[in-house]
Amino acid sequence: MSTPGQASPFRAGRLGLAFSAGLVFAAGLVVSGMTQPLKVMGFLDITAINKGAFPGLWDPTLAFVMGGAVCVTLLAFAWTQRLTPSPLFDPQFDEPRQNQIDVPLIGGAVLFGAGWGIAGYCPGPALATALLSVDALIFTGAMLAGMLICKSFLRKKTSPES
Amino acid sequence: MFANLHPYFIAAIGGVLIGLASWLLWWGLGRIAGVSSITSEVLSAPANPDNWRWAFLAGLIIGGCLLGQGLDIPSLPTRPLYLLIPAGLLVGFGTVWGSGCTSGHGVCGLGRLSVRSLVAVGTFMATGMIAVTLMRGAA
Repeated sequence: MSTPGQASPFRAGRLGLAFSAGLVFAAGLVVSGMTQPLKVMGFLDITAINKGAFPGLWDPTLAFVMGGAVCVTLLAFAWTQRLTPSPLFDPQFDEPRQNQIDVPLIGGAVLFGAGWGIAGYCPGPALATALLSVDALIFTGAMLAGMLICKSFLRKKTSPES
Repeated sequence: MFANLHPYFIAAIGGVLIGLASWLLWWGLGRIAGVSSITSEVLSAPANPDNWRWAFLAGLIIGGCLLGQGLDIPSLPTRPLYLLIPAGLLVGFGTVWGSGCTSGHGVCGLGRLSVRSLVAVGTFMATGMIAVTLMRGAA
């Protein structure tokens, strides 16, 4: 854990690295076309595959985005922990521990997918273009509200006595 | 600069950049680059002294702003407000309830070979496709 008392080069390294990761992530979203909601909807519009010669009016471009990204993360998650016992700026790798397939997982994915299909924005592209597009800004505001609503809903469920 | 490359190839380059950013966060901080989780944790503990999440989000927003400027990002509403706002609420609620979005479950979860994430990705892709099909002509 990083605490306020920690050596400042370590802290600066953490922040600088996280900031750089955000920058590269944004570059990838912009270059790939993920920040264009119409392109996202064109990809999700799978039934258009029947309209004309393959792939019809369906736009498969975004499958290449996920393909390119997952090629890299497959290597990342297979190799990093063999190359280094701990991350550069953290005592340990924070591996997700949950592995059960449950109602929140499926229910959440159903709702998220529905919203993604309606507006063409998922959280990364919405934030990355929030200062460029009024649409993205309004969507982001609603998304943050949805997150807070879900958080308070989950808090009530887990602590019924309070 | 990409004018003479095939659009699928450019998309894959963008995907590789997203993957490299996720690798950078894993290698440097040992954290999953899940945009919805990072955002919702900043919302619930904005004053957390370990503020790498704020730094990541700042990079994402500033990077998008700088790099996206020359591109053709639609500024006119592609969807009217009565669709845009409910869609945002659904995405926010759904990603917190389901613990991830396209980056956390998609880019990172699939890279980790997580069955849980694979199920989530299959589910949100399916409902996304259904939503687009049902909404065709709605706006």
